[in-house]
Amino acid sequence: MALLEVKGLRAKVGDKEILKGVDLTVNVGEVHAIMGPNGSGKSTLANVLAGRLNYEVIGGKVLYEGKDLLAMKPELRAREGLFLAFQYPVEIPGVGNAYFLKSALNSIRRHRGQDELDAMDFMNIVTDKMKLLGLDESFLGRSLNDGFSGGEKKRNEIFQMAVLEPRLAVLDETDSGLDIDALRIVANGVNTMRAKDRAIVVVTHYQRILNYITPDFVHVLVNGRIAKSGGRELALELEKRGYGWVEEEASRAPAVS
Amino acid sequence: MTDVADPREPYLADFARVEREFHGDDPAWLRETRRKALATFRELGFPTQKHEMWKYTNVAPITRTKFTPAVTIPGNGLPAEKLEPVVFGKFEGSELVFVNGRFSRALSSVRGVADGVRLGSLAEALRERPSEVQPYLAKTARYDANAFTALNTAFLQDGAFIHVPLGRIVEEPVHLLFVSTSRQEPAVAYPRNLFVLEEGAQLTVTESYAGLDAGVYFTNTVTEAAVKGGAVLDHYKLQRESERAFHVATLEIEQGRGTNVSDGSFCLGGGLVRNDVNQRFTAEGGEIAMNGLYSVTGLQHVDNHTRIDHLTPHCTSRELYKGILDGRARGVFYGNIIVHPGAQKTNATQTNKNLLLSKEALVDSIPGLQIYANDVKCKHGTTTGQIDEDSVFYLRSRGIDAETARAILTYAFAREVVDLVRVPAMRATLGVLLLSRLPNSEAVREAL
Repeated sequence: MALLEVKGLRAKVGDKEILKGVDLTVNVGEVHAIMGPNGSGKSTLANVLAGRLNYEVIGGKVLYEGKDLLAMKPELRAREGLFLAFQYPVEIPGVGNAYFLKSALNSIRRHRGQDELDAMDFMNIVTDKMKLLGLDESFLGRSLNDGFSGGEKKRNEIFQMAVLEPRLAVLDETDSGLDIDALRIVANGVNTMRAKDRAIVVVTHYQRILNYITPDFVHVLVNGRIAKSGGRELALELEKRGYGWVEEEASRAPAVS
Repeated sequence: MTDVADPREPYLADFARVEREFHGDDPAWLRETRRKALATFRELGFPTQKHEMWKYTNVAPITRTKFTPAVTIPGNGLPAEKLEPVVFGKFEGSELVFVNGRFSRALSSVRGVADGVRLGSLAEALRERPSEVQPYLAKTARYDANAFTALNTAFLQDGAFIHVPLGRIVEEPVHLLFVSTSRQEPAVAYPRNLFVLEEGAQLTVTESYAGLDAGVYFTNTVTEAAVKGGAVLDHYKLQRESERAFHVATLEIEQGRGTNVSDGSFCLGGGLVRNDVNQRFTAEGGEIAMNGLYSVTGLQHVDNHTRIDHLTPHCTSRELYKGILDGRARGVFYGNIIVHPGAQKTNATQTNKNLLLSKEALVDSIPGLQIYANDVKCKHGTTTGQIDEDSVFYLRSRGIDAETARAILTYAFAREVVDLVRVPAMRATLGVLLLSRLPNSEAVREAL
């Protein structure tokens, strides 16, 4: 059974249909890259998977470990092992970074029937992961993303992912706005998370991050459908030739579902 | 048409009785002050909503109720364990307890106070050392424009009197606790507090108002603080009266040269509540942080009026008031900062933020800034809104359920003001009180 099976997924935001029949299968142990031009539906796909409310699903289905993902509340998806690294992480003043994460981790552990962690156990877990993401101690005491630089916010997303240890991680343009040092740190964090029992979906506009995270599969999303799929070499070709040729191909021969 | 009784009448009659029975031995100047205040009250009458300062608050529920002066009702004995729900946890400092407006020696404790510091009951000070009180009483708190302050002054008898002499520091926070108990008939108490900080003195003081049961009563309280050159005052007020109680409070602060005052007002209880905080800079270099949090629900109505007068140059005021309104509660924030001619280099900010948790809750926010000087840095702003849904989704996407996410965000909103409290015992109590009003408080506690 595939970890994630997206079949003919259609979704709209407001009156505008963004996803027009997406098909995607992701198995554990795999890393997929979803690329595409602006407005092709990349972020919509990521957000629909996470359960964001202002996205309305109007067709198709999504199975996660064989279960109907779209019927689950966002918190249940998270507890079942789905993680979305936000393109624009929300700043929440007054909520401590560390305590929030401990609370999240314990809600997931409860769901899995595991014991809750106390402050000491939690600190042991986070200390290593912070080092991995180059975050210093003061980070834990700060408010969630409050006043963080763009790079800090993205590193915080990957840090959260490292602590929550999801089965399926969807990274929504985690690379955008990062300088090369931050990009390396983030990519290194993601690579450390690669595992036989986990899948990672990297949503990105640029292939730059794929120099550091080597995907098993690359998909090109054009106008709400996956227009082309291939291996690592497809990303390189896109870098050389841009998205124009895929868009052209797609308009000539619409993908059949 | 029936005759509408004059709402002033019962108060005038009560004054005559109280003066006859309780004020006979008081010094002449004090009796004179009270009479003048009563005359002012008679002249002003109770405010109506036609009055600009009372536009959003109807005091008819107060004027319609017949309150007996608490001082005329015998007995203020109370077993100490009755206080347990409303006292702060562990602390080292002094605590003065007032039951229905009267000082209770048995319930109070005075500890670790430096030589020369006066700390105790105003009634006792007026009886034993009136000359120490006379120069300050009713000098900072003006009663010429506010009928409730005038009434409080007419009936003033007890409260806390703290005098910190030149350069003295009161190390531990002083806690004042005003508790009300239900009587057979609704009662009104007029606590009156007077804090005098001589030059270079330092004092931290908290005022708590609490109802021990769900009764109807009226607390009309006035606190005045004279803060002289270089003195530092930290003042906090926690109001958790019965939700059927009326609470009208005025705090008047006057700041001298280079003074530093921090004020925090936390308003959680009461049915109909009006808080006035008025502050004046009368010399250069003063600083005030004026903060407040009101969290109300049900049918509670809470009105916060603040005024800061920058009369002199080089003073700084930072004001932050936040409101959380649930149920059908109604809130008012009215802020007025006046930068007078010549008050150059004034730095003033005023912020009011409101969080509405229900569709029926309502808030009127009227920030205000009047500037009559040209070299100043001032800004004000107000926001009113609901919980940010993007933030809720962010927390949910990490496994936290929707209800807990909302509770976390509500507490986080309040926390900014709570964190400004520099008295640990009070901060802890506030945390517990605010959390106890939220669903899933255990989960919220873990997340903060």
